[in-house]
Amino acid sequence: MIDVDIEQRLGAFHLAVKFAAESPILGLFGRSGAGKSSVINAISGITKPLRGHIRINDVYLFDSGRGIDLPPEQRRVGYVFQDALLFPHMDVKSNLLYGQRLRTWRERFIDEARVVELLGLESFLQRRPGTLSGGERQRVAIGRALLAQPHILLMDEPLAALDIPRKAEILDYIERLRDAVQIPIVYVSHSVTEITRLADTVALLADGKCLAVGGVEEVMGRTDLRPQTGRYEAGSLIEAHVLTHDSADDLTTLAFEGGQLTVPRLEAAVGERVRARIRARDVSLATRRPTDISILNVLAGRVAVVHAQRGPIVDVQLAVGGATLTARITRRSSQQLGIHVGQEVYALIKAVSFDHRSVGYA
Amino acid sequence: MSGLSADEIGILALSLRVAALSVICSLPLAVLVAYGLARFSFPGKTLADAIVHLPLVLPPVVVGFALLVLFGKRGPIGSALDEWFGIVIAFRWTGAALASAIMAFPLMVRAIRLSIESIDQRLEVAARTLGGSRLWVFASITLPLALPGIITGTLLSFARGLGEFGATITFVSNIPGETQTLPLAIYTFTQVPGGESQALRLSIIAVLLSIAALAASEWLTRRYKRMQGDDRR
Repeated sequence: MIDVDIEQRLGAFHLAVKFAAESPILGLFGRSGAGKSSVINAISGITKPLRGHIRINDVYLFDSGRGIDLPPEQRRVGYVFQDALLFPHMDVKSNLLYGQRLRTWRERFIDEARVVELLGLESFLQRRPGTLSGGERQRVAIGRALLAQPHILLMDEPLAALDIPRKAEILDYIERLRDAVQIPIVYVSHSVTEITRLADTVALLADGKCLAVGGVEEVMGRTDLRPQTGRYEAGSLIEAHVLTHDSADDLTTLAFEGGQLTVPRLEAAVGERVRARIRARDVSLATRRPTDISILNVLAGRVAVVHAQRGPIVDVQLAVGGATLTARITRRSSQQLGIHVGQEVYALIKAVSFDHRSVGYA
Repeated sequence: MSGLSADEIGILALSLRVAALSVICSLPLAVLVAYGLARFSFPGKTLADAIVHLPLVLPPVVVGFALLVLFGKRGPIGSALDEWFGIVIAFRWTGAALASAIMAFPLMVRAIRLSIESIDQRLEVAARTLGGSRLWVFASITLPLALPGIITGTLLSFARGLGEFGATITFVSNIPGETQTLPLAIYTFTQVPGGESQALRLSIIAVLLSIAALAASEWLTRRYKRMQGDDRR
């Protein structure tokens, strides 16, 4: 549980942000200059708001009304900086243990060996930060923050300084982390891809204000927020787990509340949780179960909402088992099929419409 | 050059002792002052900065005279020290150390301050978020990262202390075996007929000592940087 309501003046910039969220990963999304970093700097105690409060679970880190303002070292907030900020005069192991050594045994709940294994750090424990690659440095920074035994992890654009393959690598690590370590994460980013892949809840910031808080699709799909969210592809997120791998055809079958999805082969173990993002325009509808068709994923569902936008587009929200799936079709198709709420339909999704960016560890 | 005479060894040993004491005593204060000037802004900072740098621009004899007035037997500080602790530094080798400490102080502060200012402050912030108190962060992050500056500052002011003349001779006079350091001895030899060869011998020693101090500073700084692995990428 994170509850932030602060006002702060930083030069000419005025920050007045209020949001509360309870989710494993909260995405702070907004363009650069929106105030994202200012918010997590205030949470970590690096800067001091004019008024308001910051609460993590039941602990007030800051409350101007009651005169509470914990110094950074007492906040138990793990901060992963954009450029890692490893201590150059210490080797990787000493960097990792810097925070842990300052915690009593009783305060420790994240195990060193586990973090080293989770982030794949064994091979360079004795090296100096100056000899590491950008991705390795960021992994050490994440491990260092975790081993300080924080109650919450703040990540400030941790991928911004990395090239694309490294980005994918660190994303995988962060996703594994979420399952392995039960602490909430506040993930700051201006990248739609990162936010939709990682976050459960998103807070949208613009000009020092919080415009919306809610589920990722709910906030990112809103047309009135388009100026801030940019060209966001409406879609739906499906929480699933790996059921089987078919190595002959290089396919993976995922199971979710509403059935099964076949996707190109994933590098994930059977049983592992993954999240698939399905763009609305990749979903077609049929009123009868089609046969003799190349599409591998045919899911039975019921129309829940028909959202006609201006122009030729209609967004149809389906209930597929317990999951929600959005299909974006033309108005003409909608009329021809007579789409209406409560109707039984089949959603068709090509397996090849999934790529490594839309399916990942959840 | 033949071996050093007993007198020369005595002069050399005294000079080293004076410079060493001055450096050891001024180092902690210099680190604190440098940290304060590098990391904080406070009212009167410009004035504080000016006072620290004053010995650099003031005629050394003025510093020596001020010390004499303050730390002399009847001076306000000197008489208090004598009365409460039985410490007398005027006309003692410890007084010579005080004089060279003050004269070398700006050099030391400057080197350390530059070094602290070149440290990414966000490293200190990161250490705070990891649970380090201000004091612990200073000891575990700031101080080790400022080490090159501390080494340079220490050796520079050591060399400066070895060469201190004006303030020393004014404050503690020129007493052989007590306050007659290398420069004072050289000066004395130049004042007696036929003392030139002695003055030359001592001057060569002074040159060698200074070069050694500078070389040591350079070597230690390089070694430290290599230890950090800065030049591996």
